[in-house]
Amino acid sequence: MKKFISGNDAVAEGVRLAKPHVISAYPITPQTIAVERLSEMVEDGSLKAEYMHVESEHSALAAAMGVSSVGARAFTATSSQGLLYMAECLPYASGARMPIVMMNANRALATPWNIYGDQMDSAMLLNSGWLQVYVEDAQEALDMMIQAYKIAEDSRVLAPVMVNLDGFVLTHTYELVEIPEQTKVDEFLPPINMTEQVMRLEDPKSLCISAGNDFNMEFKIKQEKDLHASRSVIKEVDKSFGDSFGRYYNGMVDTYMLEDAEAVLVTTGSVTGTARIVVDKMRAQGKKVGVLKLRYIRPFPEDEIRDLLKGKKRIGVIDKNISFGYEGTFFTNVNSALLSLENAPESYNFVGGLGGRDITKDNIEEAFNTLLNADKIDKVNYMNVRCDL
Amino acid sequence: MKHNARNITNQEFFYGHKACGGCGESLAVRLAMKVLGERTFAALPAGCMSAVSFIYPNMAFTNNAIITPFASTGAVAAGMSAGLRALGIEDTHTIGFAGDGGTADIGIQALSGAIDRNDDIIYICNDNEAYMNTGIQKSGLTPFGTKTTTSPAGENLPGSITMKKNMFEIVAAHDIAYAATASVGYLEDFMNKIEKAKNTKGTSYIHVFAPCPTGWGHESNITIDLAKQAVDCGLWYLAEYEDGEFKLNRNPKEFSSVEDYLKVQGRFKHLKDEHIEVIKAHRDKKWEKMRKRWL
Amino acid sequence: MNRPKVKKWQEPGNVDAYPIGATCPSDHLVSINAGWRTYKPVIDQDKCVMCLRCFLVCPDGVIDKSEEQLTIDYDYCKGCGVCAHECKPKCIEMVKEDK
Repeated sequence: MKKFISGNDAVAEGVRLAKPHVISAYPITPQTIAVERLSEMVEDGSLKAEYMHVESEHSALAAAMGVSSVGARAFTATSSQGLLYMAECLPYASGARMPIVMMNANRALATPWNIYGDQMDSAMLLNSGWLQVYVEDAQEALDMMIQAYKIAEDSRVLAPVMVNLDGFVLTHTYELVEIPEQTKVDEFLPPINMTEQVMRLEDPKSLCISAGNDFNMEFKIKQEKDLHASRSVIKEVDKSFGDSFGRYYNGMVDTYMLEDAEAVLVTTGSVTGTARIVVDKMRAQGKKVGVLKLRYIRPFPEDEIRDLLKGKKRIGVIDKNISFGYEGTFFTNVNSALLSLENAPESYNFVGGLGGRDITKDNIEEAFNTLLNADKIDKVNYMNVRCDL
Repeated sequence: MKHNARNITNQEFFYGHKACGGCGESLAVRLAMKVLGERTFAALPAGCMSAVSFIYPNMAFTNNAIITPFASTGAVAAGMSAGLRALGIEDTHTIGFAGDGGTADIGIQALSGAIDRNDDIIYICNDNEAYMNTGIQKSGLTPFGTKTTTSPAGENLPGSITMKKNMFEIVAAHDIAYAATASVGYLEDFMNKIEKAKNTKGTSYIHVFAPCPTGWGHESNITIDLAKQAVDCGLWYLAEYEDGEFKLNRNPKEFSSVEDYLKVQGRFKHLKDEHIEVIKAHRDKKWEKMRKRWL
Repeated sequence: MNRPKVKKWQEPGNVDAYPIGATCPSDHLVSINAGWRTYKPVIDQDKCVMCLRCFLVCPDGVIDKSEEQLTIDYDYCKGCGVCAHECKPKCIEMVKEDK
């Protein structure tokens, strides 16, 4: 059934279909609509879950950890200040191998205060041990809420997943979204069944234990190995989701007109959609431009990046975030992957969208033209600023 | 059912931990677990009890137990209780054991939220009057005149200069289903209060006074004795909040000596008469109120 | 004596054999605490009236009341002396360890 709904609505629909046992979320703009919709679904019985009115984001994720620790399916959602408030709980959950799914509405971080979308919040937490996926549109958001649980709960993964939606430009914009049927989702995503890293009466365990300097490193290496192993699960789940519901997302990355592109923009999230339209326009003018969409930033699709960008002349990585004192975070990550290529493309950073600043079609066209034509390009280029820098 | 040494189970659920010899808190945990039994899920934040019971590969709990983030005992325990309920796992108890910090300071927000939601958990505050696990620093539950590592006693200050945070009344002000104060000096009373908490639908809170030989600077063998003295001299009290009413469980006709209680503890050795007068005056003011309203 | 017992434990030989998550089975002791003691409690069974107060007050739970006479698990007794102090008939003596 198709409905004309917002990104937040789509998240709520996807979560409803995934049937979490307990929802514990604290409202924060621009995620609020998602958690409000979920409370309506609990009230009208279309979602049989317990809805905990937690008193902060830190408690939201802590409660989700409590839920997950006994083997039940947990969901939470947050953004920006809330994500950082719960930050200590992120490595806590990932080290404990809890298959929690969290929706994050990407939003700027104070100060200055700003409620609009950029990626500063999630970019800060790449090291947390969570899988991080960035969705392009409301359909992908709904679909990923379902896929995220399947990936998280896979015995080869057992890690929490953060599904990122651009604040306002995706959370609050409306699209036609196909809402799958519950019975088909139930076939795809069976009830949660945890036995290893949970507390059960039949097999009492001690969880979130201490490991000193004698054993800690081995625990962490195991966690890292298993996070890398999630790559194959991501691709498997993408394929089987496509087989069940007819929508494939191409795994860890997606491409648009990439093969013979001379100038490539590497994107995440909703700006990908804008970039696709610009590519169409410029291709019609005979310009060889293309897009590489990074769906997952953790685990980082380094193999795909190397394979797909090998031999390309110039790439521009769009970051809606800055790692202060250096450059855009995704730019750093991409460059690291390109390091081992013999003829690596020239790589430049296009930082835009901070604090919800628009990245327009014209901005993207300008970026492509810079890559195609300019003799010298700055390492870091800011998009759509209102004064001289 | 009234608990005593004879009828309480011989089975140990909390054993082989690395707490200091004579640790008051560990006795509270040990006995609470005996009252609650096997089908109990325990949540402990950062603090002494979690630090000494979960050191890989030595696990001191025999049943299910989890360490929570420092601020989150209330939230994690609430999540555990909700998760068990959602999975249809019945006849279990979810209990959180938190210390000064995990209850009154960093953990107070999550505790307040849990009580507000009336989450079906038991919350025990192990009160040893400082942040012991990190090396005896002042907490919200440190009484006036205590030497701690962040409130040293010297020329200018008599140690800590604030009174204990009134957690029992803060919790009661939420109109909690059941709350009580207890002491490891009155163990049958403590165990019976655990039993009441066990049978309470909703949130219950027990604030148990537990001496710490290491942090208080006293001989390890007088832990229980000191915990009794604290109640007998009026510096701690045994009370309950039940069905919306306060009740003082024990009202001594005469208090035993405050000086005798203070002088065996290294943390109070520096106190002068004027400080002891402050302590007594505060005690008297509190008891006047309790005797007027809670009897 | 029904107390948790120390287990023989072999550390995992490979990183894959480590527990999933930061977990360990409960009731899992691989070392004893006896080395902490300077003094150990010894019960004079003739004087003992089986009031069970020592059993109740031991912070470590090492006194076992399941048999005719009380027994102490010296693997886990820390020698804190609470039992001896609380014993009303004064039939527990804190004896200096031999070493």
